[in-house]
Amino acid sequence: MTAPTDKAYPPPESPTDLFISFTLLALQGFGGVVGVVQRELVEKKRWLTRDEFIEDWTVAQIMPGPNVINLSLIIGSRYFGLKGALAAMTGLLAAPLFIVLLLALIYAKFSSHAGVIGALKGMGAVAAGLIAATGIKLLPALKTNILGIGLAATLAVVCFVSIALLRWPLVYVLLVLGPLAVLLAYAKLARKPRP
Amino acid sequence: MINTPELLFGLTQWLSLFFHFLSLSLLSIGGAIATAPEMHRFLVTEQHWLSDAQFNASIAIAQAAPGPNVLFVALLGWNVGLNTGSIVAPYLGLSLSLLGSLLPSTVLTYVAAQWCYSNREKLAVRAFKQGMAPLVVALLIATGWILASSNSSAAKTTFQDWPLWLLTVTTSLVLWQTRIHLLWLLGAGALLGWFGWV
Repeated sequence: MTAPTDKAYPPPESPTDLFISFTLLALQGFGGVVGVVQRELVEKKRWLTRDEFIEDWTVAQIMPGPNVINLSLIIGSRYFGLKGALAAMTGLLAAPLFIVLLLALIYAKFSSHAGVIGALKGMGAVAAGLIAATGIKLLPALKTNILGIGLAATLAVVCFVSIALLRWPLVYVLLVLGPLAVLLAYAKLARKPRP
Repeated sequence: MINTPELLFGLTQWLSLFFHFLSLSLLSIGGAIATAPEMHRFLVTEQHWLSDAQFNASIAIAQAAPGPNVLFVALLGWNVGLNTGSIVAPYLGLSLSLLGSLLPSTVLTYVAAQWCYSNREKLAVRAFKQGMAPLVVALLIATGWILASSNSSAAKTTFQDWPLWLLTVTTSLVLWQTRIHLLWLLGAGALLGWFGWV
């Protein structure tokens, strides 16, 4: 399917429309909702062009907080301001929260069952693998990082070792490594002429 | 529940739970899961409000359910509340943890989204994005590592738990190299665990 170049379809009608749309796409998203957002809002509803989606997604990733929640805030606020942002975000959270609690209650009833304990342990190992895989998939992006592959890899390894192996508190690690990394990137970007 | 820590909660504890999530909110660049190691350190290792099993179950259940993965935070709060033994405490724990972890980041995102959009060519914005990238990637892999190691039961050594590690490593390799639906892998993990093979 070719990417839509203009918004051929009407924008969301109301905050309620946003709420319902985000509820429906949240319920389809197992192990990550962003793919569903792209498919539903860019390809089906065409509220956003592909370029707009990429720009919004970049901001959503830069900002702290869950990326998909951020994305819902950015898209929602564009149409209906604060009302739209809240409608999109609560749509994303409300129904899945209900399901998660239901699952947790079912789990609590059977949590002493050896099979259930084992199953959760197995799913936990898979979940750990999923999160690691998300990070591994992003590694190639560091090749084009302005810091250069050597510097980017060094920062990544130092961060991994301090958090995963030494178990230092995240706050201190980020307070030291974050400004250092951003300053290095700033210096490199400043020296490089704009294309 | 197995190894459920016994605890009694007062206002101080509820506030420190709330402020813990509040303080992590602005650090959760790359998603709430990136701050999971810190949550584990605070809730399980330091405060003993949750067991390792509860911590991992919260993440596994949220992963298995549809919707944003940040809902594991709601389950962490829910379980902390459950451990106090009170009936209303789970709801309080859920609300405080979810509200705490979302409030600062959503307010900041809402305010900054427009600014970032109109200034996306600015040097500082690009430097922040480029500089943080290696750290965000490393945090994700570190989270996977910490979850995998806390999965292993305390009684066993890491070596004896090799089937669990193998499952984690296999999962990340399969997800990295293929486009298989995550549900198949979660199902396979559940089956392997149910029959005690991992």
